[in-house]
Amino acid sequence: MNPAAARRMRLTGMIRKESLQILRDPSSIAIAFIMPVVLLLLFGYGVSLDARKVPLAMVVEQPDANSASLVGAFRHSEYFAPRLFTSLQEARQAFDLREVFGIVWLRNNFSNRLLGQGDAPIGVIINGVDANQARITGGYIQGVWQAWLADYARGRGLTPRVPVVLEPRIWFNAAVRSHNFLVPGLIAVIMTLIGAMLTSMVVAREWERGTMEALMVTPIRIDELVIGKLAPYFLLGMGGMLLSVVMALWQFDVPLRGSFWALTATSALFMLVALGMGLLISVVAKNQFVAGQVSIIVTFLPAFILSGFIFSIGSMPEPIQWITHLIPARYYVAILQSLFLAGDIWPIMLGNSAALAVMMVVFLGLARRRFHKRLDA
Amino acid sequence: MDNGAALVFRGVSKTFGDAKAPALEQVDIDIRPTRVTGLIGPDGAGKTTLMRLAAGLLTPDSGSIHALGMDVVQEPLRVQSSIGYMPQRFGLYEDLSVQENLDLYADLQGVARADRPARYQQLMHMTGLAPFTRRLAGRLSGGMKQKLGLACALVRPPRLLLLDEPTVGVDPVSRRELWAIVYRQVEDEGMTVLLSTAYLDEAGRCDEVILMHEGRRLGQGPPADFSEPMRGRSFHIGAPSVGKRRLQAELAGVPGIIDATIEGEQVRVVTTGAGLPARLPDIPDLTAAPAEPIFEDAFIAALKGGRAGTAPPAPALGFHGPTASASDRAVIEVHGLQRRFGDFIAVKGVSFQVRRGEIFGLLGANGAGKTTTFRILCGLLPASSGEVRVAGLDLRRARARARGRLGYMAQRFSLYADLTVLQNLRFFASAYDLHRRRSKQRIAWALEAFELEKYANANSGTLPLGYKQRLAMAAALLHEPDILFLDEPTSGVDPLARREFWQRINALAEAGVTVLVTTHFMDEANYCDRLVIMAEGEVLATGTPADMKARYRSDERPDPTMEDAFIALIEAHEKDAGAVPA
Repeated sequence: MNPAAARRMRLTGMIRKESLQILRDPSSIAIAFIMPVVLLLLFGYGVSLDARKVPLAMVVEQPDANSASLVGAFRHSEYFAPRLFTSLQEARQAFDLREVFGIVWLRNNFSNRLLGQGDAPIGVIINGVDANQARITGGYIQGVWQAWLADYARGRGLTPRVPVVLEPRIWFNAAVRSHNFLVPGLIAVIMTLIGAMLTSMVVAREWERGTMEALMVTPIRIDELVIGKLAPYFLLGMGGMLLSVVMALWQFDVPLRGSFWALTATSALFMLVALGMGLLISVVAKNQFVAGQVSIIVTFLPAFILSGFIFSIGSMPEPIQWITHLIPARYYVAILQSLFLAGDIWPIMLGNSAALAVMMVVFLGLARRRFHKRLDA
Repeated sequence: MDNGAALVFRGVSKTFGDAKAPALEQVDIDIRPTRVTGLIGPDGAGKTTLMRLAAGLLTPDSGSIHALGMDVVQEPLRVQSSIGYMPQRFGLYEDLSVQENLDLYADLQGVARADRPARYQQLMHMTGLAPFTRRLAGRLSGGMKQKLGLACALVRPPRLLLLDEPTVGVDPVSRRELWAIVYRQVEDEGMTVLLSTAYLDEAGRCDEVILMHEGRRLGQGPPADFSEPMRGRSFHIGAPSVGKRRLQAELAGVPGIIDATIEGEQVRVVTTGAGLPARLPDIPDLTAAPAEPIFEDAFIAALKGGRAGTAPPAPALGFHGPTASASDRAVIEVHGLQRRFGDFIAVKGVSFQVRRGEIFGLLGANGAGKTTTFRILCGLLPASSGEVRVAGLDLRRARARARGRLGYMAQRFSLYADLTVLQNLRFFASAYDLHRRRSKQRIAWALEAFELEKYANANSGTLPLGYKQRLAMAAALLHEPDILFLDEPTSGVDPLARREFWQRINALAEAGVTVLVTTHFMDEANYCDRLVIMAEGEVLATGTPADMKARYRSDERPDPTMEDAFIALIEAHEKDAGAVPA
């Protein structure tokens, strides 16, 4: 048999074996197809970073037309569900019991001061346990207040005291739905899971069960071993990606403004980076438990926390921001978010893809160099 | 470097990482072509390291290795294209079927598709796996897995076949079949085979033997070259009046005797020089006759060297256990015991009784149901049905109380590897509820009786295997149990440590402790007073070792071994099973 035919035979043999193992092992199918669905449903429906119908206590010590009008303004806002109280004490009670998330306090001199100096401050207390939610709620309260104040002043023919009125226009995600940026980012997490964690564990399994030793004393070459091992997982990962995209588009109505081929190409690139990490981990760990732990700590958690998928990288402390440059998912999340919400923005795609390409070369290269047909290296 | 040898090692040394002792030291070997060469030695002798070096999986620190005329260090891939290798735990893919495993190795070895059907048929016929090609490898029995592993290594007939302990943990029937397959390859294909084994009785089946110990080659030659010089130094000694166990204990202490083991109903003795020592124990009916020397005699003589009579005296175990007066009462009664796991029946209606102070053996291949039966007796696993009484207590009602009366040594080393010997013992003393003074006393006893003092502060994970086993046994005996359960206590332990171990067991039994032991070493069955032979969850036979062997005595085999009896039983059982219409 000529060498090329022998090579092809070895490679197809490996790929077939690996595919059969994937098909027979319910856990790899679960990680590739059930996990994405669960994660997407969880993040799509369970986690929302928007403030909507926030329960708010409004303390009106002396009801009159002005206070009623302000309460009405809050009531009409889609962000709040106000409850009325006549004393701060009662409101505090509801606040402590977590029945309300914040308190807006109108003192008994509210109308007097409003008429007198046209400047009647309101007291605002917000539950700051969840800093993010607190910031958003605070902003919304201020928004409602200023809008009402401007309206009030205009009604009386006065110049509003508010010097500049901002009229924000929100682009890319006009409805400010957190789905729209969470779901694309989630694809990066899912592919990290399949590429790095699943792969590192299945390679480690060969070491653990002693099958690697038998494989190594066959004429197979390292490249064939690596390609034969990774190809089926590459397809599995791309399948997981496709499933996630389908769910994003049809289940969560996330727009895809970029091109599908750009999405596929960049995803394939990221998949190779993830496989490289998985392979590298398994070469070092050689035991399923350790490989699983290591890949959770060095690939999955960073992809979750440091990729900008949930927490904005711009608001992280500077040293952490530097660290995020080492996290491949960061670049892929940036690509995904612009592909889904903005379109094919070439400078973003090319810059981030270049970073991914460098990482792919580094990880696959290192894994290839560390992967010997020797037990003592 | 062509002296016609298929595999040549010259001055090969290998030390792993920061290990103090080298795994191999200045090893020279020549493996002659078209022969079966056995690599024999105790654990840690360097057998596996040697195999892996020959397969190009390891690089030597110094020296050269040539296989089939190729330099293994320079061209591992070329070598790997022409050898077959079966590692100790053959890497079968358990989630692939028999056929799929074969296909994979045929692809990897570049077997042309046109040649495959004929080769497959031949291999399946040879291994008896033909009816199971669609079965997942994980569902095969231990022996069948091993045969499939061999078939995979043979899928493209290699010129040099390396087999690392292919027969470990395999039942005697499958072992015989594996040997038959190996010899067919040598005869039909002119293959060269290097095979390592820890079973000394397999040495006799090799054309040539390499004896290894602590990384060094002690000798090489046909097995007879080893055993022949022992002629005149091996004897069978019998004394019906004292019993074989006590006789063995006495003989082991006699100066001039290197080794005393129970063989059949007698004691086999190896002496330092020709002839029996002048002073033998003073027993009236003691008879001694020269025995045909075997490889094991030479092995022990080589390893123990001149340290005759240094066999540790039967350790003073200091048991004030139950006296022999109560000896006829059954302490363990098992009746109609059954255990199901889902629709798989691991134990099918097993019944037997064990008397006080007896050494009782459960003999069988892997998967025969020995360990399951054990776990039920120890109260670790509830029975599906049947009655079990241990020390007079019904296990269904008084499991905790029964457990306080028994000691259990699990199959794997079940101590804490990262605690020291002393810490392990302290932990087990507290687990058994020993109060402070007694625990101190017992730990001191354990360190002394098992000679563990010098390792007291060493992490138990770093102990030599034989010492780990001593520690495990000491821990199981801390609370002075009446009954001791030993699950495969000697598997993986080298022959020297095995001898020592049985001496301790004998001493315990003499002190009145009831010992239940499982083993797949057929020769160890001779140490038991009575035993059951199990297969596929059933008891095939119960009785004394002598009874069992007597049943299979024939003109062909005037003096059958335990292994002969076992194989005859299994074959009869399989014939019966085959005769029953499905």
